[in-house]
Formats: sequence, C-alpha cells, structure tokens
Amino acid sequence: MPPFLFWTFALLMLIFGGAVIVNRNPVASALSLVVSFLGLAALFMSLDAYFVGIIQVLVYAGAVMVLFLFIIMLLNLRVEEQRQINWLAAAGGIAVALILLIQIFFVVGHFQAARQTFPALARSTTDDVWNIGALLFSNYNLPFQIIGVLVLVATIGVVLLSRRERR
Amino acid sequence: MATLGDYLIVSGILFAIGFAGVMLRRNLIIVLMSLELMLNAANLSLVAFSRFRVQPNGLPDYNAQVFVFFIITVAAAEVAVGLAILVALFRARQTTDVKDISSLKF
Repeated sequence: MPPFLFWTFALLMLIFGGAVIVNRNPVASALSLVVSFLGLAALFMSLDAYFVGIIQVLVYAGAVMVLFLFIIMLLNLRVEEQRQINWLAAAGGIAVALILLIQIFFVVGHFQAARQTFPALARSTTDDVWNIGALLFSNYNLPFQIIGVLVLVATIGVVLLSRRERR
Repeated sequence: MATLGDYLIVSGILFAIGFAGVMLRRNLIIVLMSLELMLNAANLSLVAFSRFRVQPNGLPDYNAQVFVFFIITVAAAEVAVGLAILVALFRARQTTDVKDISSLKF
C-alpha cells in the first residue's frame, strides 16, 4: 500500500476516533466509531490481513454498532445537558493520557526494528482464512472451545440481565 | 513505504484517545465505545507485528492473527454484557451518567 493511502486511512481513523469522545450526542459518537473502525479495517488490509479486516467490518461496523445504536434508541438518550466540568479531574485525565502517549513515542523511538519497512511476502495471503483456520483447530483448539463456552455464558447472562423481574 | 514504527505510533495514539475517553467522559455508553477503541488499538499493533515477522514459508505469522480473532470475539461478548448491564441500570436509576451512580462510593 502506498504511504499516501496509509496516512489517509490512519488520519481518518484517528480523527473519527477523537470525534467519538468529543461529540456530545451519543448517536454521532456511534456513527463516528463506525467510520473509525472502517479506517482500521483498511489498515488491516494494508497489512495483508484480509480475514481480520473483513471480520472487523462484519463484527464491529455490523453487529456491535447496531447493538450500540439500538441501545441508544431504546434508552432514548438525548444530547447530554451541559454540566459543570470538573476541571481538575479533566486536566488529570488528559495529563495521564498524554504521559502514556509520550511513553509510547519514547519506547517506539528506541525500538530498532520499528525503523524497518515490512519484509516482502513470498506468497499471496488471499487464502489466510485457511491458514488461520488450520491454526485455530490445531494449536489453539482448547482456547477456541473455551471461547465458545464464553460466548454461551455471555448469551445466557444477557438474557438473564435484560429479563424484567417478577414483582 | 510505511514502517513498523508508523503503525505502532498510530496504534498508540488510538489507545491514548480511548484512554482519554474512559477518563474524561461520564456517559457510560461513550465509556464502552472508548473501551472498544483501546481493544482495537491493541489489535492493530498485533496485526502489524504479525506482518513484520514473515515466516520461512513466506507468509506472515498467523499466531498473532488468531489472537486478534480471540480479542474480537471477547470484545463482542463484553459489549453485549456491558450494554445489558447498562439497560438494567437505566431501568433502576433512569440515568447513564457515572456521576449519578455512587452508592458504593466511600
């Protein structure tokens, strides 16, 4: 992928990611999150990870965002009223995030391999579903089954939580 | 060509945005969305490392992509449970603001 496209999608993802936490309206935040995840999926595809990119679009931009929008509509949330901002807490939060960012820049700057470009692939990765599936059912078979149980537990838990209790 | 460091920096900035969202916002739905941003930032650096470590057979290291698959599954389950708790909370208290939920606060 040419560097121009990389920076386009990275900026798109970061700007809309910032819009998620800046917007006052939850619906606008959710839609910004969709655009941010689409940019992220494009970055995954630029790294030759087509399966992960498609899963990203299907699961996040499809399922998770519909869930978020559905809950926002269900709770009938409007634009939250302007409240007194606790400036001390806000400054503390921004300061901790900035310190984390500076730390990440520092570590990546001192990481020798970070200056290299990606080595060329000898083969095309359009069949990476096959490769990931083979790993999933051989080396990662037990975690895969545990994930299945986890999803079942989550399903039952959600049904139980959202059931109206009997008076 | 973009280097490995470029992807790691972009991933770090995305993580910091999500972290700032969790620290600053008081609406629980936005806090959940910021959690998703942080999980996806981790996914981006995992995929970048996977592409960087080309195996002898000329393919990327697929172990990291299996991890990403697991993280996406767990994140989807986490969102479902989190939103169900949010709906239960809204039914009991009619609010999604973390400032109004302080019964357990000392």
